Amino acid sequence: MTRLKKALEGGGFVVTGEIGPPKGVNLEKILEEAEKYLRGKVVAVNVTDIQSAVMRVGSLAVCQKLLEMDIEPVFQMTCRDRNRLALQSDLLSAYVLGIKNVLALTGDYVTLGDHPQSKPVFDLDSVSLLETMKKLESGKDLTDNELDGAPSFFKGAVVTPASDPLEPQIIKMEKKIEAGAQFFQTQAVYDAKQFEEFMKKVSHLNVPVLVGIVLLKSAGMAKFMNENVAGVSVPDELIKEMTVPKEDRRKKSVEIAGRLIREMKDMCQGVHLMTLGWDKEVPLVIEAAGL
Amino acid sequence: MLITKLKDKEEIISFFDLQPFIFRCSGCEEVYSAEEDIDKLIEDNKDRISGIVRLDYLCREEFSKVYVEKYSSEIERAGCVIVFSCGVGVQVIAKLCERKRVLAGCDTCYLNGFQGLSTQNFDCQQCGECYLNYTGGICPLTACSKGLLNGPCGGAKNGKCEVSPEMDCGWELIYKRLKKIGKEEMLKKNKVLVRDYRRTIPGNPE
Repeated sequence: MTRLKKALEGGGFVVTGEIGPPKGVNLEKILEEAEKYLRGKVVAVNVTDIQSAVMRVGSLAVCQKLLEMDIEPVFQMTCRDRNRLALQSDLLSAYVLGIKNVLALTGDYVTLGDHPQSKPVFDLDSVSLLETMKKLESGKDLTDNELDGAPSFFKGAVVTPASDPLEPQIIKMEKKIEAGAQFFQTQAVYDAKQFEEFMKKVSHLNVPVLVGIVLLKSAGMAKFMNENVAGVSVPDELIKEMTVPKEDRRKKSVEIAGRLIREMKDMCQGVHLMTLGWDKEVPLVIEAAGL
Repeated sequence: MLITKLKDKEEIISFFDLQPFIFRCSGCEEVYSAEEDIDKLIEDNKDRISGIVRLDYLCREEFSKVYVEKYSSEIERAGCVIVFSCGVGVQVIAKLCERKRVLAGCDTCYLNGFQGLSTQNFDCQQCGECYLNYTGGICPLTACSKGLLNGPCGGAKNGKCEVSPEMDCGWELIYKRLKKIGKEEMLKKNKVLVRDYRRTIPGNPE
């Protein structure tokens, strides 16, 4: 059983972190930061899969590096770049390496990234990928061929609580659970009230939800997300709060994140911290949140 | 109409329980349509339909609109509309009868070098396993940039796709259409769909 699964079953408030592999082979910086700021402070660390469709080191390799450091990884897997052969193969590879937490995502479209000319795959999607994992766990592949040894995963998925309309998101969340999702990490949430309403609407689902917190880096970044990032909505008051001199931004960002977590702590089973490179702030956010 | 084959008999027969109104397209029938199968199906179920009309090129929206209006009372009475045409024709009728459940009677099969006769607002990839009956008559393969079959990705902002602010989120359109016909629970009930790409590979190796 993975530590993440155990922690969620244990009923305590669970903290997960996230790192994005770099573009290029120098992993020293992210691994050093993971060692300093994430190890022992979070239960598991998500490793993004070619995030934002910008080509970089693969999630699987960095998951393995974390594992060597005794940091439990969550292997993020999108359906953008691999067909069902490669996805199944990488799932088996992950298991062989000891990587058992897997988060299924659809993936951003290729034109949003730095290789917009490439061929998007989307042979499977987040729901059918979850079902594929379940299939592999049953000892068979997608076309019912027998496996010589079956893997076992702790299967995660994502949901966007600030989505408008929300109902199709919830329907898809239900489909994901039916397809095998055992935990959820959410897209960034900045409005505790809205999140509370979301959690009420999914209270019948009985599956652990880790609320997503993305550290605000500046008022400009918040405005940019409001205009460009799907399912993210930063209230005006927070944008105003972030309008501080540059040297005070990190402090303010940590304060806001800590406050949001305190407000939402009793509504869900944990928090997923996405620092976008500000890993140094993770221990401070945890402290500010009173965890 | 391109190359079509009748959908699975059991699926189709169940539609007749709803006293359907039927649209038949004879537009591209020189290419191939499942004429005899459709004739037989309609003959066998002739007491269970509320009306039928046969047209050339259902895909021409302005033209089809005239007939949707002309037969509006029969369509209103019917429990659903079945369209025997390619995927473009079904989507046109689904748009024109947006408060009715519009169902595809055929799967449109892949045909090298043939993409219909004129440009249309709707597209059909001739995937050979028409999904329109799950999605309220809006094709998830062509209306969703990622061709997702099991719901929206979460990348839409204000109803627009992450790929382009000009493009509507196909799944939002599907959700709204299903809501209009009171079938949004279908999104939940549908089995997890995985596409069989063999049907669109030149040479059809299936």
